[in-house]
Amino acid sequence: MSAPLLEVRDLHVHLPGVGGARLHALRGIDLSVARGERLALIGESGSGKTLTALAIMGLLPDGATTTGHVALDGRDLLTLDEDAWCGLRGRRVAMVFQEPLTALNPLQRVLAQVMEPIRLHRLAADRSQARDRAMALLARVGLDDRQARAYPHQLSGGQRQRALIAMALAGEPDLLIADEPTTALDARLRVQVLDLLGELVAERGMGLLLISHDLALTARRVDRLQILYGGRVMEQGDAPTLLAQPRHPYTQALWAARPRLGAGRDQPLHPLKGNVPALTQLGEGCPFAPRCPLATARCVDQPPRFDGRIACWEVSP
Amino acid sequence: MRRAGFLAGAILTALMLLAALVSLVWTPWPPDQIDMARRLAAPGAAHWLGCDQLGRDVLSRLMAGARSAWLVGVVAVGIGLIAGTALGLIAAARRGWVEALILRASDLGYAFPALLLAILLAAALGPGMTVAMAAIGLHAVPSFARLVNGSAKSWWARDFVLAARVAGQGPVSITLRHVLPQLMPLLIVQGTTSFALAILAEAGLSYLGLGTQPPQASWGRLLAEAQTLMFEAPQLAVAPGVAITLAVLGLNLLGDGLRDRLDPKELPR
Repeated sequence: MSAPLLEVRDLHVHLPGVGGARLHALRGIDLSVARGERLALIGESGSGKTLTALAIMGLLPDGATTTGHVALDGRDLLTLDEDAWCGLRGRRVAMVFQEPLTALNPLQRVLAQVMEPIRLHRLAADRSQARDRAMALLARVGLDDRQARAYPHQLSGGQRQRALIAMALAGEPDLLIADEPTTALDARLRVQVLDLLGELVAERGMGLLLISHDLALTARRVDRLQILYGGRVMEQGDAPTLLAQPRHPYTQALWAARPRLGAGRDQPLHPLKGNVPALTQLGEGCPFAPRCPLATARCVDQPPRFDGRIACWEVSP
Repeated sequence: MRRAGFLAGAILTALMLLAALVSLVWTPWPPDQIDMARRLAAPGAAHWLGCDQLGRDVLSRLMAGARSAWLVGVVAVGIGLIAGTALGLIAAARRGWVEALILRASDLGYAFPALLLAILLAAALGPGMTVAMAAIGLHAVPSFARLVNGSAKSWWARDFVLAARVAGQGPVSITLRHVLPQLMPLLIVQGTTSFALAILAEAGLSYLGLGTQPPQASWGRLLAEAQTLMFEAPQLAVAPGVAITLAVLGLNLLGDGLRDRLDPKELPR
């Protein structure tokens, strides 16, 4: 098998904290995405999903330090300088953001913003060619001529998200990172946008790294799943296998907490008890231990044992 | 009420600009023509605002003074706006020690008295209109730099700037395409208000003899010359005084009106 498109091994990120403290935010993330493959990173707020994406893009906040290995097509990304990054971002890796209104420049027409990466990476011979390509892309994601020439505030949330996707595709990237692309949308639109992303990945042979907190929504629309918690991978596997039998207590709790259609009013929701621990509270042990029904003293003291599928001491392989 | 203020400001500013432009090609009398026979003539049909102690037509000199005021205002605000905006944008884009250096230098500029700066420049270059422009312009640089820096930083924190970085744009391109355009309303408003300050400052410097030199007409000089004749011909001091007041009032009303109009929060969604 050829090398994966994106390969992340043992990624650790430390963030600067209050008073010079260092916060260990990502604790050894391993992941890989092949061309044409869709991987979903699932986790609650603060689990490290967005940080993983920013680390891959080299856009961590000032003062953050990264160790480990991040490679795109075998090229090490952690050692790149800013100039090399500018040629790579948008061209090889692109990103779709969570909040479509703030991710678009309010003063520029959508068309101009989609043309920008095309012009920047010189993918078109001249302006009119760039315009044609941008129009074609916008048409592909479902925006007509009039919408293409509109300003962001004149579009609906779903249309803006489509425009952002067109913008991300404009540089013809090999890897598309979508950071909660559906969070700001209505339930019906979420499915549409995810399906659109899936189609585009298949059409273009891109890799997709989808970041979401919504296990139920994304699980059936990706190939593989990775469940993140407290900066660690808790469970990973093929989507059908993992869904058929979630094994990690955290995944099980997450799966049980999903709201079900037609469940009836009397059927209670099953929220997880407790909160995601703050980075300052995380010790060396399993980050889920404080909320876990199976937790023992060993879970609190030692990092969870990872067997290739789950990171847990108590669930036997 | 807001609308009336904006309109009044726009009209006053337009009148002042018109007077300055017309004075380039026509004034009722040549503004520097001395005629002792008309010395201190009272306002009348031939000389609407009367004549000064050398028999020069006051209206003509007022119009020529508007020209000086605009020239100094435009050049001074231009210096402050261009240099200040550039420094503020660089500081916002580079952060770190570059920003610290620019902001500390701005603090230093703030702390330096404007009048002292004008006197220093006048001593070095000899008093004149250039000194007035340079002193007023240099003095405006720090406030523009700080204002632009603060606002630009808030735009740098927006998602669409992150999106532009993700698309591979460098800091120069992001600054010019995504940050500077957002600052336009701010710069227009600040520019208008600084313009009023510059006109006031020009009048002040000329009054002190550091700015426009005789025989060139300037509102501040007109005031200074009229001062000695306060009891013989008070109308000589009233005319430039009213002109300065109306110009500054008009520009401030215009600036406030523009601020209300250009505030993105009030734009229809």
